[in-house]
Amino acid sequence: MKTAWIAALALFVASAFSQPAAAQTLINGAGATFPYPIYSKWFDEYTKVDPEVRFNYQSIGSGGGIKQVTARTVDFGATDGPMSDEQLKGTPSELLHIPTVMGAVVATYNLPNAPKLKFSGDVLADVFLGKVTKWNDAKITALNPGVSLPDQPIVVIHRSDGSGTTYIWVDYLSKISSEWEKKVGRGTSVNWPVGLGGKGNEGVSGQVKNQPGALGYVELAYAVKNKLPVASVKNAAGKFVEPSIASTTAAAAGAAKSMPDDFRVSLTNPPGDEAYPVASFTWLLVYKDQPNELKGRAIVKFLWWMSHEGQKYADDLLYAPLPSPVVKQIEAKIKQITYQGKPLLAAR
Amino acid sequence: MAVVAAVPRAETQTAPRNLGDQVLRVVMRAAALTLVLLVVAMVVSMVYAAWPAMRTFGWRFLATATWDPVAEQFGAIPFVYGTLVSSLLALLIAVPLGIGAAIYLAELAPAWIRPPIAFLVELVAAVPSVIYGLWGIFVLAPLLRTWVQPALGATLGFLPLFQGPPYGVGMLAAGIILAIMVVPYITAVSREVLLAVPESQREAALALGATRWETTRIAVLRYGRSGLVGAILLGLGRALGETMAVTMVIGNRPEVAVSLFAPGYTMASVIANEFAEATSDVYLAALIEIGLLLFVVTVVVNALARLLIWSVGGPVKAVRE
Repeated sequence: MKTAWIAALALFVASAFSQPAAAQTLINGAGATFPYPIYSKWFDEYTKVDPEVRFNYQSIGSGGGIKQVTARTVDFGATDGPMSDEQLKGTPSELLHIPTVMGAVVATYNLPNAPKLKFSGDVLADVFLGKVTKWNDAKITALNPGVSLPDQPIVVIHRSDGSGTTYIWVDYLSKISSEWEKKVGRGTSVNWPVGLGGKGNEGVSGQVKNQPGALGYVELAYAVKNKLPVASVKNAAGKFVEPSIASTTAAAAGAAKSMPDDFRVSLTNPPGDEAYPVASFTWLLVYKDQPNELKGRAIVKFLWWMSHEGQKYADDLLYAPLPSPVVKQIEAKIKQITYQGKPLLAAR
Repeated sequence: MAVVAAVPRAETQTAPRNLGDQVLRVVMRAAALTLVLLVVAMVVSMVYAAWPAMRTFGWRFLATATWDPVAEQFGAIPFVYGTLVSSLLALLIAVPLGIGAAIYLAELAPAWIRPPIAFLVELVAAVPSVIYGLWGIFVLAPLLRTWVQPALGATLGFLPLFQGPPYGVGMLAAGIILAIMVVPYITAVSREVLLAVPESQREAALALGATRWETTRIAVLRYGRSGLVGAILLGLGRALGETMAVTMVIGNRPEVAVSLFAPGYTMASVIANEFAEATSDVYLAALIEIGLLLFVVTVVVNALARLLIWSVGGPVKAVRE
């Protein structure tokens, strides 16, 4: 008995010393929940690329991520909605937005036989404003010739928890409908004119599944994994596009031409024939001038890896990878990250 | 689990005789004081954090019903209403059920059946609330929508309480889920209380020719009254603060509707839903003020309940001597 204890203790001590504890850099980050699956995959894969660096990421929500990176309690933040000018003014030094992957938000519904439906942005806005209340409303039937729609009330289901998914959805509605923009506006939580709130993607899809005549919105990845019926949406070019990874990437390609230098761009309703109109980037937030040389170097190396090799993991996890013109712009941005004025990324 | 009526006992405030007693007294006093300090610290820190909202909205926060994070207009009425109504509904269902079950287990059930049922009750009390929530979405809400609500609407539809479209989710679903969660607490604690009633009470009543029901009512229930209220308050406390399960079935709509079919919202739910993504200072402060309000409501409701028993029966002594 005693010898077993001593052996266990010896093993424990040996393992404690064999860890390369001294050489490892720990980098802390916090923020968005939407990209958490791919971020944790990246941070795991990246230990094979650079065993000296460990990432610790807490998916506490975009709001918390912005707060913590502003207070510098973490080394980087992550957000699903771009920071406002006002929020950027509150940071101790210049904070950069680096796009990582893209996601899309889709309309899902519960109708007998789950017909394929088409929507336009203004009809969706009217439904969510409570102006179109029946499935057989002329505005919906006009978009869906040949589909028999029931004389049934539409039960709108939205997210009750603050989320980047909601931000993307209402950002799209705001762009299409000036009435929506004026009455409701954009935010991670809004004052919904109608409908029931479900917590999380699972809460929304659960209520849609159980409620005949329900119409809600969830992340594309969630809808694909759970095989939910999804609607095509009319894009800025006037084409009805089914949500998919390819059509999400097409949305970014469409927006790339007018990409602002700080990447704070909304991808909703972009130009392009193939672009699905309800899509968005998700961003990492890093300081342009890094306070710690070792950590700063590790962060820029990771950013480079993430925007190149890392993108191949996006498809499997149902995120849309960055289109190549955007990657070029990100490369230039990563080169601007400095420590005490000196660029951290060695010339490539 | 034993919350039993506080037995009035002779004050033993004499000076401690030895060092051991003195140490014990100091340590125990420190423990008690820590609890008080914790409460004070919670209130102070919440007031501090909620200050931006208090300064911006003042009393309007308690008097308006709009919750608009985009326009930064915040009013707490729908949440206070939702919390109170859902908890009240839960108690209406859970109190007769819980105390009835406790009476059966303590007084009437055959001896062999008591341990397994008591064990099951305590097992149910330990089920995590998210499980109840998911069960609520996938089982209870469809059940309510397809059967219960149409039936209630058809029979009692003349009452404003049972009008409107049957969504399944809503205030009724929240009240029922809460009742289910609270029943095991009330049952388990009430049973302990009833078991603690001395056998001599029952024997005295039976000797006077009382029936089973009269014995239970006069000798047992009255004797254990304050303990039973303690059990109900414990259940109420859980109902007021319950978050996950309610959030999943109440519909999360910040409005005051008379109908129990309509969706509502509670204070705990809005905090859980919106805290993580609340970015602006006033928004965050408004959510913390809701937390403070929940604290105040809990204290007030508990105080009212205690006042109620005092005014109804006077101190327990009356029946004890």
